[in-house]
Amino acid sequence: MTDKRRMIIRQGLFEQNPVFMQALGMCPALATTTSAVNAIGMGVATTCVLVMSNVVISIIKKLIPEKVRIPAYIVVIASFVTMIDMLMHGFIYELWKTLGLFIPLIVVNCLILGRAESFASKNSTGLAFLDGLFMGMGFTGALFILGSVREILGNGSFFGMQFSEVKLFAFVLPPGAYLALGLLAAFFTFVSGKLSKSSKKKD
Amino acid sequence: MEMSRLFVIFLSAMLVNNFVLSRFLGICPFLGVSRKLDTATGMSLAVIFVMTVASVITWFLNQLLLLMDIPFMRTIVFILVIATLVQFIEILLKKVSPSLYEALGIYLPLITTNCAILGLAILNVQQEYTLMETIFHSIGAGAGFAIALIIFATIRERMDLYEMPESFKGLAGALVTAGLLSMSFMGFQGLVRL
Repeated sequence: MTDKRRMIIRQGLFEQNPVFMQALGMCPALATTTSAVNAIGMGVATTCVLVMSNVVISIIKKLIPEKVRIPAYIVVIASFVTMIDMLMHGFIYELWKTLGLFIPLIVVNCLILGRAESFASKNSTGLAFLDGLFMGMGFTGALFILGSVREILGNGSFFGMQFSEVKLFAFVLPPGAYLALGLLAAFFTFVSGKLSKSSKKKD
Repeated sequence: MEMSRLFVIFLSAMLVNNFVLSRFLGICPFLGVSRKLDTATGMSLAVIFVMTVASVITWFLNQLLLLMDIPFMRTIVFILVIATLVQFIEILLKKVSPSLYEALGIYLPLITTNCAILGLAILNVQQEYTLMETIFHSIGAGAGFAIALIIFATIRERMDLYEMPESFKGLAGALVTAGLLSMSFMGFQGLVRL
């Protein structure tokens, strides 16, 4: 059992990282990563929805008829998104305003529906919770890396603290999102390629 | 006056605020079905069609929600209606026009989780567009999606013929290409002002 848990954690964070490995949830990953703070905000909001929807779906999985399962999942997810939307509107208005359109769009994030279909509907509640938490953390981590890179290069600051006058402004604009994510993805493919080669040599 | 405003909304949705390249909506089909030109064309047509129908229906629904004073139900209602609508269109096309169904059929289920459709519906509401403006905005957005997807598919078809560094094959290379495409679309900024 502990082995399975460890595997879920490792897969969520690295081996099946939603953004870099599976290319899921690309829209928010590109759109909301103009700074590290925005990236974390989006990541945490998505993680909350993912954990709650995973738990609820794993509880009611036996009640849902096979044929209408996708609409049923969508209703569950949409309810939690509406809750998060209202909570963020009430407590962190500034962040809610910058993320704007992309908070209701958490509903159509393929990551959440994907986990509901491929994991939560087949596993126990505890495992579904763990899977949601670590997939969400993998997503948040990827967004944080991308947001930091874009903020440091594009604005010369980190978490809003200005430290450099060099500003490659393009990295904050839309093209920079594609370029930064493309270069990061290439870098991670390169590193994981090197790592798997060296581990093969040791064997 | 009225006509020119509609045209400006159309142009701005198509080029200046291109859904894929500057608003980041609909990235999944943009990266997913852009390997071949004919699949890209099929997907684009399906998206334009669903976008226009969906935003007209959600416009009426939004009036209803406002009337009943429950605007917070918007997300849930919109996504359910879009999901149902896509299914309905699929069944209808199968009966009415089998040839069109043949061409668009496989792309329709993919569209439900396309954030461009829900995003467009919510944007229409946020901008408080009238029905006419909604229609023009949707066609513009669909056309913009089609332009971006078809250009991108053409580039990717040619990219397959050239040597690329190992790490840039697949996703990374596609993203860098999209970045350059997005940069060229930045040139449309300032073309129209709303």
